[in-house]
Amino acid sequence: MVRLFRYLALATFLAFALFPLFWMLKVSVTPDDLMYGEGVRLWPSRVTLVHYTDVLRRTQFPLFFRNSLIVSAATALLATAAASATGYAFSRFRFRGKAWVVGVMLVTQMFPLVIIVAPIFRLLAPLGLTNSLAGLVLVYTAFNTPFAAFLMQSFFEAVPKDLEEAAMMDGATRLGAVVRIILPLTLPGLAATGGFVFTAAWSELLFTLMLNSSAAVSTFPAGLLGFVSKFSVDFGQMMAAGVLALLPAGLFFFLIQRYLVQGLTAGAVKG
Amino acid sequence: MSRRRLALAIEPYLYTAPSLLLIIAVMLVPLLTGLSYAFHDIILLDPLSGDFIGLDHFRELLDDDGFWTALRNTVTWTATSVALQFGLGLALALLLNQAFPGRGLVQALTFLPWAVPGFLSGLAWAWLFNPVIGTLPHWLHGLGLLARPENILSDPHLALWGPIVANVWWGIPFFAITLLAALQSIPQDIYEAASIDGAGPWLRFRRITLPLLAPTIAITVMLRTVWVANFAELIVVMTKGGPADATQILSSYIFSLAFQRLDFGYASAVAAVLLVLLLAYAAAVMVLRHALTEPG
Repeated sequence: MVRLFRYLALATFLAFALFPLFWMLKVSVTPDDLMYGEGVRLWPSRVTLVHYTDVLRRTQFPLFFRNSLIVSAATALLATAAASATGYAFSRFRFRGKAWVVGVMLVTQMFPLVIIVAPIFRLLAPLGLTNSLAGLVLVYTAFNTPFAAFLMQSFFEAVPKDLEEAAMMDGATRLGAVVRIILPLTLPGLAATGGFVFTAAWSELLFTLMLNSSAAVSTFPAGLLGFVSKFSVDFGQMMAAGVLALLPAGLFFFLIQRYLVQGLTAGAVKG
Repeated sequence: MSRRRLALAIEPYLYTAPSLLLIIAVMLVPLLTGLSYAFHDIILLDPLSGDFIGLDHFRELLDDDGFWTALRNTVTWTATSVALQFGLGLALALLLNQAFPGRGLVQALTFLPWAVPGFLSGLAWAWLFNPVIGTLPHWLHGLGLLARPENILSDPHLALWGPIVANVWWGIPFFAITLLAALQSIPQDIYEAASIDGAGPWLRFRRITLPLLAPTIAITVMLRTVWVANFAELIVVMTKGGPADATQILSSYIFSLAFQRLDFGYASAVAAVLLVLLLAYAAAVMVLRHALTEPG
């Protein structure tokens, strides 16, 4: 009886989580002539892949896709590297000003990002970093580093301190010990943090709209929003593009979510 | 020897420096600049603007009905979204905390909404609420909850529920992930000992699970509250604050002040007020948490 109730509840959660995604998929394969007539049917009487081929052949989405991949991958690498160093320092050292560093990182999570759009634009424009993928990477790396650092801290907490201390007794420098012994042990944590940052950078909309006006450096979210502001919204193409946009972020998240739970579990145990 | 000690002393700063420099340059300095705009008359594209005007924006704010409506909506939006995300996230975490066949797959699929870009979930839900291409109005009508299969996003009394539902859908995984992690760090023998002493499931939940989860709950609810209050994308994409400002929250109001009216000065003043409110809220939660976890 309890078991039946649990399966019922989980099935409800699954349906709730997946239904909007299913609906996107359904709209993306519905032929245009059935879009409104069969708009509320669970599955159209005919399906088509023409929206996908149109998006890939007739729009700039392959370019946006490539731009998003470059920006998100570079952001994931840089933010994970910076966050690992900081997370390691948080987990292993007591140092003067530590509370301030943590405080600064917490404050970055508290304010509406809209307030810094104009100042960031004025900061990046003279450096030639607006309308460039590098500018986006810089901004996204800064945004994602604080949360990633707290995540990495909890992954490092799970690794016993004795390990690098033993290596240092044998003559290794701390950095050498960390690179050769500690980092390999935190690989799942690094992957989880990197995947998390990748997903966040992949989804970012506000700054890509404000900092980049040229299509050549547009990312996926900006391209998708371009569909909405057109006079005639092509629902089928837009949802096909949306489903394509979901693939990398969804895949990444699907693969890393259990490491996220593991990493946070370790952090919770140690305090 | 002293050189070695110096090297040891500066080591933690070397590890933290790259992150810190980046955050100061790209976030803190722009934040201070942005806050200074609140005291200036800054209209983008207007070369005559830029004067220091002191507290004028804040006086204007007191008489601005749009601001007060947005403030009320912010409280409703944030409290309702976070309460539902938390309640359902806790339920999901409890369900996933027990072994059953296929748990890994179910967990990955129920966590999936978090990977969906915010604006994309807004678009998907806006469709589901549209009676021409979505099913929800017809289902709600069938259940007797709506008199006619209409779009609730165009009804001022109901419209805020649209973005709230999308936000709950999107935010459940965050709570489920962190609470599941906290649940899995509770040693099983505590439960076994309590069972032997005759404690039933409800008593074990109330006396063991909840108290041990309390620190995690306080932190995640605080972080999420701040985050949801600042989260404008769903509202901008789904309703643009309408109809008749019924779904305008402070962060979407700031958004439209800045990018539709190009009034960056006034937008910054509203943002400064929001920031102060959120800092005060976070401080209150931390004080409360401290008082609760260290009795006496």
